[in-house]
Amino acid sequence: MDEMLLAKAIVLGASAIGAGIAMIAGIGPGVGQGIAAGYGAQAVGRQPDASDRIIQAMLLGQAVAETTGIYSLVIALILLFANPLLRLLS
Amino acid sequence: MEFGIRTAFYIGKIPITETVVNTWIIMAVMISFAIAGGRRFRNAAPDADLGRFGLVTEILVDGLDRFIASIMGQKAASFGPYMATLFSFLLLANLSGLIGFRPPTADLNTTLAFASISFILIQGTALRSKGIVGYFKGFFEPMAFLFPLNVISEIATPISLSFRLFGSMVGGMIIMSLLYRVVPILIPAPLHIYFDIFSGILQAFIFTMLTMVFISNAG
Repeated sequence: MDEMLLAKAIVLGASAIGAGIAMIAGIGPGVGQGIAAGYGAQAVGRQPDASDRIIQAMLLGQAVAETTGIYSLVIALILLFANPLLRLLS
Repeated sequence: MEFGIRTAFYIGKIPITETVVNTWIIMAVMISFAIAGGRRFRNAAPDADLGRFGLVTEILVDGLDRFIASIMGQKAASFGPYMATLFSFLLLANLSGLIGFRPPTADLNTTLAFASISFILIQGTALRSKGIVGYFKGFFEPMAFLFPLNVISEIATPISLSFRLFGSMVGGMIIMSLLYRVVPILIPAPLHIYFDIFSGILQAFIFTMLTMVFISNAG
């Protein structure tokens, strides 16, 4: 019984660390969206008349760039709240 | 800590979750708005006074129509009503977190259902514009051995669409409820502006816009 508890604790602890590590992927979209926003601001400064279209294109690109970050978030959420590894123990 | 979706009640043996009940409420709001707004325009003279409510309806419908036409061009006539409905539903669903509901979009079932509709629309448009032969030939371009990659990229579209909306809504919800546990008063209030209003409007906009762009590109 004690061994089972220990194994469970190890899996839970490792899952929490894994969830934290998964969220490191948040760096990528952050940098990417920042670069896109920077160039978007530059483009608006150069052509203020076209700001509507520029902002639309910028948001579209940022939404696609965000995907990887969202995947990591989903993995972290699965590890924290719907852990598939715990089921392997029993 | 439990952020799962609660079951509201059972009909027979079918569990009815919070998500479904909230979706029904939003549907009721949207349908009654549409009926009340539409009734004023039926049989109205061109120069009739429609009142404040009629004016708001006109601004909303006109704004959505123009926005959709700016992205989809001449396809807006056939896809416009669905896109406008999609946008208004997602907007109301994302903003419903403000009045204490669990947003229906914070449930993968809802977002995956909408993403599947988008997927079918995208593939249907491609099939209709390219013909059956051209549609399947498109998977073997530019080179035949790229076929698996092309299939994966098509299937990735609804998955990334649904997970983007789901992830940002559920992520915001979890951050907010963790914050409420640490500081229950004052501090969480301004953060609702970001997590519910800004992120909610942006994600509804992005989901609709990506669907429109994918459909425009498909055919």
